[in-house]
Amino acid sequence: MTLTLESVSKVVKGEVHIHPTDLTLEKGTMNVLLGPTLAGKTSLMRLMAGLDAPTQGRVLWEGEDVTGKRVQDRQVAMVYQQFINYPSMSVYENIASPLRLMRRPADEIDRRVHETAELMQLAPMLDRKPLELSGGQQQRCALARALVKDAGLVLLDEPLANLDYKLREELRAEIPRIFEEAGSIFVYATTEPEEALLLGGATATLWEGAVTQFGPTPRVYREPADATTARVFSDPPMNFLHVTKQDGRLMFGDGQAAPALGPLSALADGPYLAGFRPNHLELDRPAGDCLEFTATLSVTEITGSETFVHLDHHGERWVGLVHGVRQLALGSRLQVYLDPAHVYVFAESGALVAPAAYAQAA
Amino acid sequence: MEKTVNQKAWLLVLPVLVLVAFSAIVPLMTVVNYSVQDSFGQNQFFWSGLVWFEDILTSERMHDALGRQALFTGIILAIQVPLGIFVALNMPKQGFWATFCLVTMSLPLLIPWNVVGTIWQIFGRVDIGLLGYTLDQLGIDYNYTQDALDAWVTLIVMDVWHWTSLVALLAYAGLKSIPDAYYQAAKIDQASRWKVFRYIELPKMRGVLTIAILLRFMDSFKIYTEPFVVTGGGPGNATTFLSIDLVKMALGQFDLGPAAAFSIVYFLVILAISWVFYTVMTNLDKEEAGK
Amino acid sequence: MAKITLDNLAHSYLPEPTGEEDYALKQLDHVWADGEAYALLGASGCGKSTLLNIISGLLTPSRGRILFNDRDVTEAPTAERNIAQVFQFPVVYDTMSVRDNLAFPLRNRGANATYIRERVQKIGAMIGMEHELDRKARGLTADAKQKISLGRGMVREDVNALLFDEPLTVIDPHMKWELRTQLKALHHEFGHTMIYVTHDQTEALTFADKVVVMHDGRVVQIGTPQELFERPGHTFVGYFIGSPGMNLLDATVKGDTALIDNTEIPLGRDYGRPAGHVQIGVRPEFTRLAAGNDGLKVKVRRVEDVGRHKVVRTDFFGSEINVIAGESEGVDTAADRVTFDPAGINVYVDDWRIEGTAA
Repeated sequence: MTLTLESVSKVVKGEVHIHPTDLTLEKGTMNVLLGPTLAGKTSLMRLMAGLDAPTQGRVLWEGEDVTGKRVQDRQVAMVYQQFINYPSMSVYENIASPLRLMRRPADEIDRRVHETAELMQLAPMLDRKPLELSGGQQQRCALARALVKDAGLVLLDEPLANLDYKLREELRAEIPRIFEEAGSIFVYATTEPEEALLLGGATATLWEGAVTQFGPTPRVYREPADATTARVFSDPPMNFLHVTKQDGRLMFGDGQAAPALGPLSALADGPYLAGFRPNHLELDRPAGDCLEFTATLSVTEITGSETFVHLDHHGERWVGLVHGVRQLALGSRLQVYLDPAHVYVFAESGALVAPAAYAQAA
Repeated sequence: MEKTVNQKAWLLVLPVLVLVAFSAIVPLMTVVNYSVQDSFGQNQFFWSGLVWFEDILTSERMHDALGRQALFTGIILAIQVPLGIFVALNMPKQGFWATFCLVTMSLPLLIPWNVVGTIWQIFGRVDIGLLGYTLDQLGIDYNYTQDALDAWVTLIVMDVWHWTSLVALLAYAGLKSIPDAYYQAAKIDQASRWKVFRYIELPKMRGVLTIAILLRFMDSFKIYTEPFVVTGGGPGNATTFLSIDLVKMALGQFDLGPAAAFSIVYFLVILAISWVFYTVMTNLDKEEAGK
Repeated sequence: MAKITLDNLAHSYLPEPTGEEDYALKQLDHVWADGEAYALLGASGCGKSTLLNIISGLLTPSRGRILFNDRDVTEAPTAERNIAQVFQFPVVYDTMSVRDNLAFPLRNRGANATYIRERVQKIGAMIGMEHELDRKARGLTADAKQKISLGRGMVREDVNALLFDEPLTVIDPHMKWELRTQLKALHHEFGHTMIYVTHDQTEALTFADKVVVMHDGRVVQIGTPQELFERPGHTFVGYFIGSPGMNLLDATVKGDTALIDNTEIPLGRDYGRPAGHVQIGVRPEFTRLAAGNDGLKVKVRRVEDVGRHKVVRTDFFGSEINVIAGESEGVDTAADRVTFDPAGINVYVDDWRIEGTAA
């Protein structure tokens, strides 16, 4: 089973919702669509499902053109952010409903409902009505309904967004395990980078209606193709600074300069955009060569084991995530350090020039 | 949202198209047909062009009826909309009494037009009607069959009794959709009762009120059965509204040509006013949202 | 601004509660200091919203009193309490401009026009909307509307307390950062007493000076983020805070060692010989994967790459022990032992933490 989008695009009233997109999704894979609200995740899913027809391009299912085919005639299941179940039916009937529509024999329905309920840990509540369940259980019921169909394509549109943080954590850990067994093509939309990483599989990052990169999740995370992808796939947001390379040195515009170390030394002279992740910023000088900056501390946030430091570096807002609980005076000038191996270098246009050295090693 | 293209859908729409054609378009075409012809009986018709339209548009009779109609609609809207909102604001929000109010208020809406007319026709009679008799005994000179003002008051009170619930129910639905947080925020902001109404309740009711006003306008502008049963258009022509006049012309005098022209003008007036009202409301909406 | 005292407070939604289980909020006795930022953290249904509603005056508690600066406000209506509140979903006056929205609470209290103008300008700048003050509030994005709600909460300088009811629910992750740091900065600048209700540990920990962890209608711990992380007072705190939560293992404790499955684990402190259901709790951050003969024998089930670190999920006789390893740290999948840093071990008896003495 494969789902292929061939330069599929969607324009509504002159407004581009989806730029021409090519994407091939394989059987048994988890594919995450990662991007902020309105980036086009839902639009892209609706095109995949056949709920919307693309303005241009073709949708292929196992090589067959299904562009104009109705969603009812395709093998698609969908789960939404809201917990959508039939309120007047029991959990059992809810899970059984897609099979009844497919006119399966009664014993097969019974068997599959029980199997799926077991998988989703719903077995003890089969007789209850969805509204008598907790939010997490309601969403499990909706997930079970999508799974039981054995649809070739299962679309999940931010399914955990309405759940409590801790419940989300539990389901997140379960979902990859469940889906490994199911063998369908899964597409999972989320706004949270951490969720994408936990789900694993492959990730397509979306920004303003365009897929900026598609590949194995950890690779997209560590080797973003451009600055936009890096920004989308980073929480807290990636820090950026403008640098100019000249005579083997990096000039930071504010008069600070540092020797271009490591992979940076190989760059041609010229202006660049450097990016680094918050957790790579350090307050204590690490051993070995490092870049050094002076910045003003605007806010600190303590998570218990770590401290977020929000910095102002000559008008650029940076966030650092450092180990331990740090009591620092707000407004003070801080020396911060950065291992050059953790620096991504982008051209001013945003395209990746040199990935961070650590990422290639990892 | 665009759906997948599927030509089969047309087949499904076909029965509706046929039905609409027979129930609306075909009769309308008959009317159009009559409006441009003249007849001297024996089913002989002659082309008469727009003469009937000219006649109707310049006739004092039509102007008077239109004036009465506009006044009537204006008065009942001016009473029913604020009254409906007031009732909705004071209805209990939940529990037994909420259900009780809803049911009681729906009752007038369930009574057929001619029955409403008959109820009020009897209710207002001085000899046997509870209202008329009581007023008479109180020494108030009330007789809707002879005094034009009394006839108007009776019709307006009747219409208010019959239809205010509709506005109230719609407004109530609008109010129910306002989340509690808004009221709580208003309390915290120390907003007065008036400000709560002006800045929270009224804006949130706007959509349903537009619908309510539109429905009430169209319905009252077409009003026929109730005043016909109560006053028959009298005394004199005092309560001869457009539709009553139209029926008199078409069936009473059998002036098919002018009556047909009348119907078309009547229809266009309602259409035009509804369209203007609706467009203005939705444009205001867009403008505000866009700014 | 005010100190808030909860005096013998309890609440039940039933008219005649009989047992403890009938109470949505069990007995509370706390004093919350003036000018501090508190977060009420817990899962849905834990009673945090009930408590917030009691503070805001939406609910009158079944028992006990609530005091603002020693004034009893238990029966006082919301408007008299002089509080500000920001709700889960943006509450804005749609037909008003952004400016009028911000000015609304001040105008209703009859503040003078010059003051209102200056104050609104200042708050507008703070929420980053100084250029949109004259726009109608309708048609703005949810983010922007929620910023207006925050602004309206901040606009009065004399409020007793500022309450937040999961204010960032509708906000995108990237925007959450911005709004949260803004809130934090505002707290620094004005020093309001703030109470922030959330189910999201990151929000609670990063926002608050003190986090009030609630579970099943009860406050299980009030502490700084560091205390909650290092010394969770209750197993629920250990589980609820941290991703993943604390590893909990049944153990027999004798003095300064714990015995789990015949493996001795040094505790660093002396706990005597506690009776009851004894467990040790160690956060994944203090747990290491090791080869050799030390520590508990486990089976590595899965390694999750979370980006800035890795979560190694291991199995120890059916219960899960999680280990957090650094981003650049290689995970030796052949490793079959976990060891604990004694500094990170806590001992629990019947779910409550017990204090040890220096060994």
